[in-house]
Amino acid sequence: MTTPMALLKADSTYTFKIFRYDSKTPEKEPSFSTYQVDVVPGMSVLSALLAIRDEMDGGLSFRCSCRSAVCGSCAMAMNGKIELACRTQVASLGSDLIILEPLPNFEIIKDLVVDMIPFWAKYDQIKPWLIRKTLPVGTEIRQSEEERNRIDQFVHCILCAACYGACPVPSRDPEYLGPAALAKLERFVLDSRDERSPSALEAVNNEKGVWGCDTLFKCIEACPKDVRPTDAIVGLRKSLVKHKFKKLLGMVKDED
Amino acid sequence: MLHHDIIIIGGGLAGLRAAVGLCERYDVGLLSKVHPLRSHSIAAQGGINAALGNNPEGRDDSWEKHAFDTIKGSDYLADQDAVEFMCRDAPSIIYEMEHWGCPFSRFPDGSIAQRPFGGAGFPRTCYSADLTGHVLLNTLYERAVSLGVKVYDEWYLLALASNGERCQGIIAFDFRKGEVVPVQAPATLFATGGYGRVFRHTTNALINYGSGIGIAYKAGVPIKDMECVQFHPTGLIGTYILITEAARGEGGWLTNNRGERFMQRYAPKVAELAPRDIVARSMQTEIDEGRGLEHPLGKYINLDLRHLGEKEIQKKLPGVKSLCKDFVGIDPVFEPIPVMPCEHYSMGGIDTNQHGETVLPGFYAAGECGCVSVHGANRLGGNSLLDTLVFGKAAALAMHEYLQGKSFTGDTALLTSLGKTWERKLENLAKGEERPAHLITKMGHTMSENVGIFREKHKLQQALDDLAVLKERYRRVGVSSPNRHLNYALMKAVEIEYMLDIASAIALGALRREESRGAHYRRDFPLRNDKDWLKHTLVTLGKDGTPGVSYRNVTITNHPPRERIY
Repeated sequence: MTTPMALLKADSTYTFKIFRYDSKTPEKEPSFSTYQVDVVPGMSVLSALLAIRDEMDGGLSFRCSCRSAVCGSCAMAMNGKIELACRTQVASLGSDLIILEPLPNFEIIKDLVVDMIPFWAKYDQIKPWLIRKTLPVGTEIRQSEEERNRIDQFVHCILCAACYGACPVPSRDPEYLGPAALAKLERFVLDSRDERSPSALEAVNNEKGVWGCDTLFKCIEACPKDVRPTDAIVGLRKSLVKHKFKKLLGMVKDED
Repeated sequence: MLHHDIIIIGGGLAGLRAAVGLCERYDVGLLSKVHPLRSHSIAAQGGINAALGNNPEGRDDSWEKHAFDTIKGSDYLADQDAVEFMCRDAPSIIYEMEHWGCPFSRFPDGSIAQRPFGGAGFPRTCYSADLTGHVLLNTLYERAVSLGVKVYDEWYLLALASNGERCQGIIAFDFRKGEVVPVQAPATLFATGGYGRVFRHTTNALINYGSGIGIAYKAGVPIKDMECVQFHPTGLIGTYILITEAARGEGGWLTNNRGERFMQRYAPKVAELAPRDIVARSMQTEIDEGRGLEHPLGKYINLDLRHLGEKEIQKKLPGVKSLCKDFVGIDPVFEPIPVMPCEHYSMGGIDTNQHGETVLPGFYAAGECGCVSVHGANRLGGNSLLDTLVFGKAAALAMHEYLQGKSFTGDTALLTSLGKTWERKLENLAKGEERPAHLITKMGHTMSENVGIFREKHKLQQALDDLAVLKERYRRVGVSSPNRHLNYALMKAVEIEYMLDIASAIALGALRREESRGAHYRRDFPLRNDKDWLKHTLVTLGKDGTPGVSYRNVTITNHPPRERIY
């Protein structure tokens, strides 16, 4: 094992500037608090935040749970880079000044904690569950390995909202569904077991849905799990166009 | 005050499974200190056991064989009727999850893929690559959304309200608003998870304080087999992030500083696929005897996957690969993974039967916070996810039976007065000078040091002494910010009181159990002693505030205890 050793550089002190705001006292302007943190080799931004809260400022608010990049709690902007705080090493940010800000495109509740309710409402809106009319009794619905692979990248989504925070569209259209919800929809549309009708996609056949995306791929860049939401959006667009042609050619009944 | 027919605390697998089984008939509220998808269930990697017989090498598997493996794995401390109940229900639980959309990995014939796991005679662990908890939790949450389950996320549990005869509900805390809210409900289910963070070195999420168990204990409900704590063989060096047992299930090796696959010496037949208690002890022995590898972060053992090849690692263990890359900067395709054993799972918990019922009418528990017991002194990998779903569902059925056709008058006066007590308590917590984080660090240190893989009398006594000092210091606990909303330190200050009770129960149970069984290993009593100790430990809060210890015989059905050889 060589690499972990290579990570062990000399200990050093970093300056953390952390965004502070409390929606309970909106008359108080947002500000930054500054902390000096001794960073040990391999230390994540989340570990630094925990050290600040435990040792310097018990009032600092931020979310965390798994500390292993699987639960999606701690997406934030670190020196402008949107990532999970738990899987970002302090040293990797390439500066001894670390500025931490809440995830963009969200209302701020307190410090680094943002209001996720609109995000979940958009998730709920796309009917994020398997729609199936008939089920086999006492056995599984068969699915080939190839069919399972088709949904694989979207299954990996942890709904951390990094993609939503990085997306340029919500700032101009807050009603835009956003990359995570659309990727979740494609996860079900592509699932060989799902039986939602093609007309169900009409709900996203608009500027709030798949046509709102600027295809700037910011979501792909921001995703900590290598999901490509743009692939989902493009895939949904293709399905919609295909369905429209089929309808024009009289190949399917208009189900609406 | 809020009112529900049923209040469920915990948004992980057990809580969600119970909620989806009840929400169409009852007014259910589900309260969780984090959004349900941030629950620790999400972190489960390797899989979930059920004798489906899908693997070509597992065609002769049966639920009876699954039950036997579980009982043997438990070192005969599991209640055999409960184990049989769980294993019999397992296939239908898996199919149900699959029908709800769970994206399991598949075999070429389109059936759910199954892999070998430790302590199992057949490859019966169903999986989705190495993110099985993630897919199960997402599926159940999707189901809950489709059914419109009412979720209170980022609400904390402060206390259980019991009038001594019946559970009346809970005292909750709306974390975002910073308000104490009594919740009146005829039926209450705790699905609050395990107590991993009582230890310093644990694979558990940062939220796993286990306070639900301590809250039940404070309300007079016995807690069971708390000394039975699982140490997982493969925690990633430094961070103790879990590296799944599937790494060994898929053929990974454990090697020492001589490059030797030492597990063959400890478990000749199954080597790396021995149950976790045996592997963890073997690794610790290698380290203690000087055959570990050295690192500034501590001594470790190599988990070597290189011979599996890049394609197989990418296909079956992609999560392991990213964890290694993100957290220690290595690629397991080219380098062995540095691992060390650490706390992983709470076999003990709130004393329940197989219906999730406790001694307190109207109060139920399921999942890792409960102890049925199906895991006894050592849980088999792949059985914890199964436990959450089987007993989440069973508790839902039991609550339905309890509620149907009856009307309950809630003791709102009790809830109101308890709510006021908590208002005062939170006010006082803002005043002390002992910082909660310091108490937790000290507690974790003494637990990992003295109540770990190898135990002995004087160390256990040391832990109890340390905990007594910490309880005294806790009386002066306080937080630096007077805010109540989104004040994480304040919640930590609340939870640590419960954690200290849990830690004491673990150490006390371990001190009294003068034998070695499963994960509980006493250097001073190295053998299992069925004559005196084939029984569950129950710890109950006494009237004087000290813990009382009693015992209950293990239920044996078809498998009289035998020597455990692998």
